This record gives sequence, C-alpha cells and structure tokens, in this order.
Amino acid sequence: MIRGEKLSKRYGDVTALSPTDIEISTGKITAIMGGSGSGKTTLLRLLAGLEAPTTGHVWYGDEDLCGMPVKRLYELRESMGMLFQYSALLNSLNVYDNVAFPLHEHTELDESVIGTMVSMKLEQVGLRGFEDLMPSELSGGMAKRVAFARAMAMDPRVVFFDEPTSGLDPISAGVISNLISETSRKNRMTSIVVTHDVDAGLGIADHVILLWQGCIIAEGAPESIRNSDDERVQQFLNGRPDGPIPFSRSTTSYIDDLTHKPGTVRFAS
Amino acid sequence: MSDMFTKQSATATFFGRLGRHALRGIEQIGDATMLGLGALSLFFVRPWQGKHFVLQLSALGVGSLIIIIITGAFTGMVLALQGYYTLAKFGSESLLGAGVGMSIIRELGPVLGAFMVIGRAGSSITAEIGIMRVTEQTDALEMMAINPKQRILLPRIVATTIAVPLLVSIFDVIGIGSGYIVGVELLGVNPGAYMAELVSTVTMHDIYGGWVKAVVFGFMIGMICTYMGYRSEPTTEGVARATTQAVVVSSVTVLILDYILTSFYL
Repeated sequence: MIRGEKLSKRYGDVTALSPTDIEISTGKITAIMGGSGSGKTTLLRLLAGLEAPTTGHVWYGDEDLCGMPVKRLYELRESMGMLFQYSALLNSLNVYDNVAFPLHEHTELDESVIGTMVSMKLEQVGLRGFEDLMPSELSGGMAKRVAFARAMAMDPRVVFFDEPTSGLDPISAGVISNLISETSRKNRMTSIVVTHDVDAGLGIADHVILLWQGCIIAEGAPESIRNSDDERVQQFLNGRPDGPIPFSRSTTSYIDDLTHKPGTVRFAS
Repeated sequence: MSDMFTKQSATATFFGRLGRHALRGIEQIGDATMLGLGALSLFFVRPWQGKHFVLQLSALGVGSLIIIIITGAFTGMVLALQGYYTLAKFGSESLLGAGVGMSIIRELGPVLGAFMVIGRAGSSITAEIGIMRVTEQTDALEMMAINPKQRILLPRIVATTIAVPLLVSIFDVIGIGSGYIVGVELLGVNPGAYMAELVSTVTMHDIYGGWVKAVVFGFMIGMICTYMGYRSEPTTEGVARATTQAVVVSSVTVLILDYILTSFYL
C-alpha cells in the first residue's frame, strides 16, 4: 500500500497541490485524472519521491519516503519503474542500451541473458529489430514504447506512468493503454497512471482519482466516477466547455480591465 | 522636501537591489559548493564511476586537444614576435627564450588553456546537463536508482580537474616550441642562447606553480559548469542562459583566482 498523508506542494506563491490524503492499492491500477494544471503530475512526482512535499508524508508500507536515507530510497527504487511524459530516453544510448540500462546497472547478469531479456521486452512493445536506433530516430509513439520497455526491464512492483498516451495517435495510445493494463494485471503490478485521456483512464483503471485545482473532487471505481452527480466531474468526463470548471484562468474580467484602465478602450455611450 | 525623499527612496532602492543581488550571489556560491562537494563525496562510494570518468576525460581532454595545440602555437609565435621587438631595443634578444618560457609556463599557459577548455568543453558540459534536466533524463536516472550527482556531475568535475593540467602542459610545450621556431628560424636569434636562457631562467618552482594553477582552474571549471547545468531552469531559454553564465562566471573566476594564486607564488 502506498499512502499519501496530508500531501501538499507549493511553488513560491502557487499552490500546486492542497493538503491531500491518498491511498494506492497494491496490485491495482490507479488513474489520477484531471485537466491541465490540476496538480496530477505534481502528485505523481511526490508519490515517486522525485520532489519533496511542502507538507505531509508518503508512506510505502510503514516506511516514510520523506527523509528516507538516500541508500534506502535507491534500494526501494530498484523495484520501481517510471514512464515519463516525454519518454526521457538517454539520448546518448541506442534503443538496446536504453532498455538494458537498469539491467546493466543493477544486475550482474551475463550480457547474453540481458540481450534475451531486452529482446523479450522489445517484442512485448513490438519494437524487436529496432535495437540499433538512437532516440532521435524514433517517433513519439516508438519512444514511448521503448520507455515502457525500459520501465518494465527490472519487472518492477510499482510503476508510475506520467501521461502515457499524450501526443500519440489513437492506435499508439491504444497500444500503450493495453500494455499498461495487461502487464499490470499479469505481473500484479501497482500502477499509478496520470492522464487526462478520459477513455484511457476509465478504461484501464481499477480506481480513479479526479483532481481539480490541486484538490481531489472525486474518487472511486470507474463506474462510480462515470455516474457521479458532481457537475465538475461530468463536465470533465464529457469535455464540455461550459460548466463549473472555467476555461479562462484570468482572475479579473477582461471587459472591466479594458473599461477601467485610464488611457485604454472607451466604449461609446 | 519631496525631492529629498525621492532621492532617499532611489538610494534605498539601489542599495536594496544591490543587497538582494549580493545575497543571491552568496546563496548560489553556497549552493554550488554544497552540490559539488556532495558529488565529490560520492567518489569512494560504489558503484565506481571509472568508465564514465575515462569517457569524460576523453571527451573533454582529447576533444580539446586540437584547439589547445592551435592556441598554444599562435600564443608562442606572437610572444616571440612581440618579445623580440621589445628586447631588440635593448640589445637583449638572447633573453627571448626566457621571456617566452616564463610568460607561457607561469601565466599564459594556465589561463589561456583554461579559457579554451571553458569555451570548448565547459559550455558543452553545462548545455548537456541542462538538456538532460529539460528532457527529464536526470529524473529517469533517479527513478532507475542511479544517483545523477554521482553519474553525471562527479566524472565531469574529476575529468576537468585532471584534463586541464594535462592540456596546459601540452599548451606550454607547443607554445615554447613555436616561440623557438619564430625566434630562431625566422628572426635569427641564436638557438643556444634561446635554450640556455630558457633552461636557466625557468625553474621547477615556476612549472609547479603553473600546474597548481591549472589544477585549481580545472576543478573550478568543473564545479561551475556542472552546477550551472544542473541548476538551470528547465526550459530551452534557461539552458541557453545557463550556458552563457557558465562561460562568463568560469572565465571571471579563472582571472580572479589567477591573481590570487600568482600573488602566493611570486
């Protein structure tokens, strides 16, 4: 069980995440959804220990990630994987070396065994035969799939997915969603998926958390989220431009700004 | 009365801004020191970074070799020309070897060598690390249980500390040799006099002094350039700004340290 307790994050004067309690069930897929700027990536980075929270704690079982000795943190991370929004492949290494990277670093396996494992992972994502390509030669979808193979290389127990389908064509997005779903269930992996792709999120998740302006506004099974009475939830799920979630982030009225500033526009009376 | 208040307020604003800049500068020096020393403290921690250190040494050292040879050659040549012109006025052309040797070994070798490494390798260190930040590669390393300070910063700091004195030594040899060619072959200075004055004037103390400078410059270049990259704002503009700052701050630091070290070694 991964648990966030009163987690919050501020960047200067901006509150990215208000104090939040969150529980991630072991062996399940949890989707964290919400619009742009709702704090979902911040929450993911806090849970992964990539950023320190302003307040609160992240518990992995009975161990607090915040203030954990670096050595122990790295031990814990050997059983974690992460798929980054822009893949984050090491651009000095080819596809093979990117996928083999964690295996080279953390195991003493023979190169032939590592080669077989890399082949298996690449076959799983449909990219066997592309081992020699460099990251700059890959399309967005291919890079995401290589990053997926790398994240799975050590057969992790916990995997974080940051916008795994964003910027991909529908087929590639479908492939990635299926890979997350199948691999998570087959390996009994705890998967935390941050996405604003409603179909992907509700389609693969066992549990959904919906964020708005740094606060959780709904959580539960995908069905309960679909049937939620909350107008904000329905507006997000149905992609309606009008509703309680405003499109504009401006805090003042544009017309007021135009008419009340001296030396600017004057409307004829 | 209001004029006086305006002047006072402008003065207060000026000193306030100056104070804020000074505090920010001190904060950055502290942060850079902590980051660099934090990386260096991982030197004896497994996994060893030997392979990455050799790769960096090759990239920074071998990669800078051509520019060091060219700069060293032309520095020695111009020194010989200028030195000959000045010494000839006093009939002391035979001192040319001593002048070229002392100037290059004590001063121009370490400083110009360091400048070349800053331009050629320092800027690329900052840009490379900055881009790794922008593209989340450092976060990816973190999530793969690899300490980016140990993997990225440490080998680069150690590599610059070792590469700069080696490159400066090459600069010195090339500079003195090209000074010999211009002085002896083109301007007609007696070859025996050139070499005799060079050997009798330049002592091991001068050579050690040059090396100490080169080691200190190399270490500082590594610290500054890795810090600037690692702490760069994760945007394309941020990386560009960090790269410029790394070159400027490293160059100014080399000049300031050069004065301090020279005052100790005179």
